[in-house]
Amino acid sequence: MDYAQLGLGHYLAVSAALFTIGVFGIFVNRKNIIVILMSIELILLSVNINLVAFSVFNGTIMGQVFAMLVLTVAAAEAAVGLAILVVYFRNRGEIAVEDVNVLRG
Amino acid sequence: MDFLADITNTLPETILVGFGLIGLLLGAIGGDRISGLLRLAAATALAVASAVAFMQFSRGEAITAFVSADLAPDGLYKATLFTLFAKSVTYALAAFALFMSGGALKSAQMERYEYPLLVTFGSFGAGMMLSANDLMTLYVGIETLSLSSYVLAAFRRDSIKSAEAGLKYFVLGALASGLLLYGSALVYGFSGGTGYATIAASSSSVGLIVGLVFVICGLAFKASAAPFHIWTPDVYEGAPSPVVAFFSTAPKIAAVGLLAHVLFTAFGPHFKSWQQIIAIISAASMLIGAFGALMQNSIKRILAYSSISNVGFALIGIAAGAETGAAAVLVYMTLYVIATLGMFGGVLALRRGGKAIDQISDLNGLVKSKPGMALGLLVLIFSVAGIPPAAGFWGKLQVFTAGIESGLLWLVLVGCLASVVSLGYYLRLVWAMFMKPAGEPLDKTDISVGATVAISTLLMFPVLTIVIQFLLDLAARAAGG
Repeated sequence: MDYAQLGLGHYLAVSAALFTIGVFGIFVNRKNIIVILMSIELILLSVNINLVAFSVFNGTIMGQVFAMLVLTVAAAEAAVGLAILVVYFRNRGEIAVEDVNVLRG
Repeated sequence: MDFLADITNTLPETILVGFGLIGLLLGAIGGDRISGLLRLAAATALAVASAVAFMQFSRGEAITAFVSADLAPDGLYKATLFTLFAKSVTYALAAFALFMSGGALKSAQMERYEYPLLVTFGSFGAGMMLSANDLMTLYVGIETLSLSSYVLAAFRRDSIKSAEAGLKYFVLGALASGLLLYGSALVYGFSGGTGYATIAASSSSVGLIVGLVFVICGLAFKASAAPFHIWTPDVYEGAPSPVVAFFSTAPKIAAVGLLAHVLFTAFGPHFKSWQQIIAIISAASMLIGAFGALMQNSIKRILAYSSISNVGFALIGIAAGAETGAAAVLVYMTLYVIATLGMFGGVLALRRGGKAIDQISDLNGLVKSKPGMALGLLVLIFSVAGIPPAAGFWGKLQVFTAGIESGLLWLVLVGCLASVVSLGYYLRLVWAMFMKPAGEPLDKTDISVGATVAISTLLMFPVLTIVIQFLLDLAARAAGG
């Protein structure tokens, strides 16, 4: 095996690592909601790495088209997320994760 | 196929998105003064889209659009009879949810022109994801629905509860989208394409199954099935009632229909791989929905748990497989969302001094103050609980029969148990309405709310109890194509 050559597995491993960091960022993070937004971006970017790597190694273009769509939607999602965050901040005066607890059954 | 043909083939969605864009323009000019007008216009556009989808359904053939010879030979959009039926119901319910929300919007000071447009765009997304024939269309459709929903949940900007509901919904929804996307990427990588036909034709591999599990997780979140249900009670409680009336009807049947559609078509050949997963999700949803609601005092939270439980029942039909279960899922979800629409009509009618209230104790003595509403809610509660003679019983019978036919007896038994347990909280509502002494008087019910509750009540009993065969035939036809 030629170790200088990057294979599909390497890309998938990086992507899986980023995805895991993103998911952990959402659940373990107890400080700031902005960090959650960053984690969400991380998840979407890890998916993009996956899509483009598969696209190159499969020889089909659809993965790259998909990646463009993901980028577009990620931008829209960040915009909506920040807008909701601003609304929340105006009501509450802070954005600490621990204090998101008005609704509880 | 040229662009014009694509437009006519996707007519229901074209109507919605066309109306949405024109509405944005009108709203930008007219401002919030025209919000009432825009709401009725949006309800009309949704009703027209529903009628068009139903006409396409009655023509009896699948509609393919956005075909590209080399990239997407099967088309990015394919409305099968199954999706056309589900879309028709989705749009109709969204129309009713808009129609009845006028008074509630006014009292919550939410009469802004964006509201009907967000519902329109959300319904468009729901229709698009149902008609997807490709993971890309599926993703964009889901996101169109989700992004509209996040904003709708946080629509009451001056309310901390609404903002928090929006925030929670957004964070968990974005995570679910991430799961769905990660799964889609894996499925794409290991099957060689994003089209449903390519995925169905590919051979089973570990990568594909892992991707499939991620996709199921993402979609189960959108349908609020356990263990991805955590957001549901909070969002239902925090978001304004008219918004929840929309959430619990149109997107609900769209999400369950979508889950069924994707699993039956794209992953149909991998049935053995996902049957157990869906069965376990179904059992967990039914039980969590049934037990979770017992301790609640907020009507909206109870309805949230009720919806989790009912999605679980619908999933029995999916776990039963395409041949036996597809029609049952459609019948069950159609009956469920019609009854839920009426129940949320009841929630919208619960106002005292212009303020929305939603505790069980607020229902006390409803039979004295509003006998018609109380009787209607009684029928609807019986229908959702699946007690004959209300029509919901037929839905439960259908999914249970489908489950037994495909050898999922244990799942049906769990379903029976959950039904019995859930009677505990359904009867609490009935007890409050009929047996408790009346509290302070409630505000007058809007005519639109009264009409919607009356329609859904009459449909549940006696209309659909008697002519259930009509609905069964339609669903069987939808499942066949």
